[in-house]
Amino acid sequence: MAEQHVPFRGGGFRPQSKRGVGVLVFVFVLLFLEWGTRAGWITNLTLPRPSDVGATLFDLAQSGVLWTHLGPSLTRLIVGSLLGVSAGIGIGVLIGLFSYVRAGLVPVVAAIFPIPKIALLPLFVIWFGIDEGSKYALIALGTFTPTIVATYGAVDNVDRGLIRMGQSFGLSWLSIVRKIVLPGALPGILSGLRVSLAIGIILLVAAEMLGAEYGVGAYILQAGSLYDLERLFAGVVILSALGVLTSWIIGSFEKRLLAWRA
Amino acid sequence: MDLTLDHLTHRYGDMLVLDDVSLRIPAGEILCVIGPSGCGKSTLLRMLGGLEQPDQGRVLQGGEAPEGCLNPLTFVFQDFALLPWRSVAGNISLVLEDHGLPKAEIDQIIDSVLARTKLSDFRDALPRQLSGGMKQRVAIARALAVNPAVMLLDEPLSALDAQTRELLMEDLVSLWARQPFTAVYVTHNLAEAVRLGHQIAVLSRRPGRIREVIQIDLPLSERAPGLPELDALQSRLWHLMRDEALAADQELVHG
Repeated sequence: MAEQHVPFRGGGFRPQSKRGVGVLVFVFVLLFLEWGTRAGWITNLTLPRPSDVGATLFDLAQSGVLWTHLGPSLTRLIVGSLLGVSAGIGIGVLIGLFSYVRAGLVPVVAAIFPIPKIALLPLFVIWFGIDEGSKYALIALGTFTPTIVATYGAVDNVDRGLIRMGQSFGLSWLSIVRKIVLPGALPGILSGLRVSLAIGIILLVAAEMLGAEYGVGAYILQAGSLYDLERLFAGVVILSALGVLTSWIIGSFEKRLLAWRA
Repeated sequence: MDLTLDHLTHRYGDMLVLDDVSLRIPAGEILCVIGPSGCGKSTLLRMLGGLEQPDQGRVLQGGEAPEGCLNPLTFVFQDFALLPWRSVAGNISLVLEDHGLPKAEIDQIIDSVLARTKLSDFRDALPRQLSGGMKQRVAIARALAVNPAVMLLDEPLSALDAQTRELLMEDLVSLWARQPFTAVYVTHNLAEAVRLGHQIAVLSRRPGRIREVIQIDLPLSERAPGLPELDALQSRLWHLMRDEALAADQELVHG
């Protein structure tokens, strides 16, 4: 028999990073919509023209209205999620370390987690006041539970061999927690933060829609009730940008703190 | 410092893993413990180092630890157990930081153990940048840093390839020649046992019992691969263990 090449059967099943493809898809969708709305087979009741949304955003930024809405929204998001995330990490670590805390709190967390936090807003208004307090509380509670779950999962996943090593060298309990458990749990905690902060943004908008004078949520609600699609979409674009920004911030934290993973 | 095992018996659930094991580890010598897989040799080692408690029997330590000893019973693990987020020097300083030593002294200890294990050029490397053999050298350097009275080595070379294993064995021998240390060396590799052991304790399959303790009088530095005496000893050990290993292999795993 004549000699043949062995056919290649390997390869594939390995995601690779392809730069620029995401941007390309994005640009293509925008151009497609622009073309559709200009040609007329997408009516301006169905979708606004992307260039008009861009122009609205530009006006917003120039007139300063953007900042009157974005400022309060950012403050709420930062204060609320800072409270929720720091409490969540603290309690998550305690659940990871102490069996009694775990036995006591895991069922409580499981009970709180699925409650749509927005349903509790009226309650929070009574507890924390009609203005900023109730919004901080809502965002804090919303980011709190997913952070707890991610944190104690991350602590559980720390290599027990490393902890055993620490004990075998006579390290103190505090040293083991500080130098082995916490750094080992950090990757899991940071990836949990991505989810928590996205939930934070969703709750921010919901809270602002239910009762706020300024804020991106209030702005979108106003635009929606007037069926002003350009402004509505301008608001949505701001929210997307906020999401991308938080994810980028966490990404740069990961790059810096988790350089050892490579 | 020497260690004595006094009638150790241990069960996991209702499965007997160690049955009435008594053994003496004399100071300044390396005792190798061999046995088929699942015979409880790692359990034995963890008990020696105080990481696990026997159901019955006692582990006793006699004599004084050497001066400047920070951690008398010190492990070297099969999977190296290095913190991936710390550099080579950071991994060694980890075990020194709790003792309130001045920074200059910590640095001096790190320099000295890195020199002894030929790692001085890798001081700032991260574990992921190192080969398996290098990682185990770091773990050995870390163990030396606390100036242990007894080194407890849990299959330290089992995760390495044959060439690296040979190199590390030579390193261990020269470390011992420079400054004799007491060690318990658990392995399932008979070649390692006859190269490094002053005594070899042979455990039976589960439940682990001491079948025989063999003394080798040939000095460590004169042992080399392919030496007829060692080969003869190795095949004698294999005859002792063969049927046990076969039976252990055919046992169902009790989850």
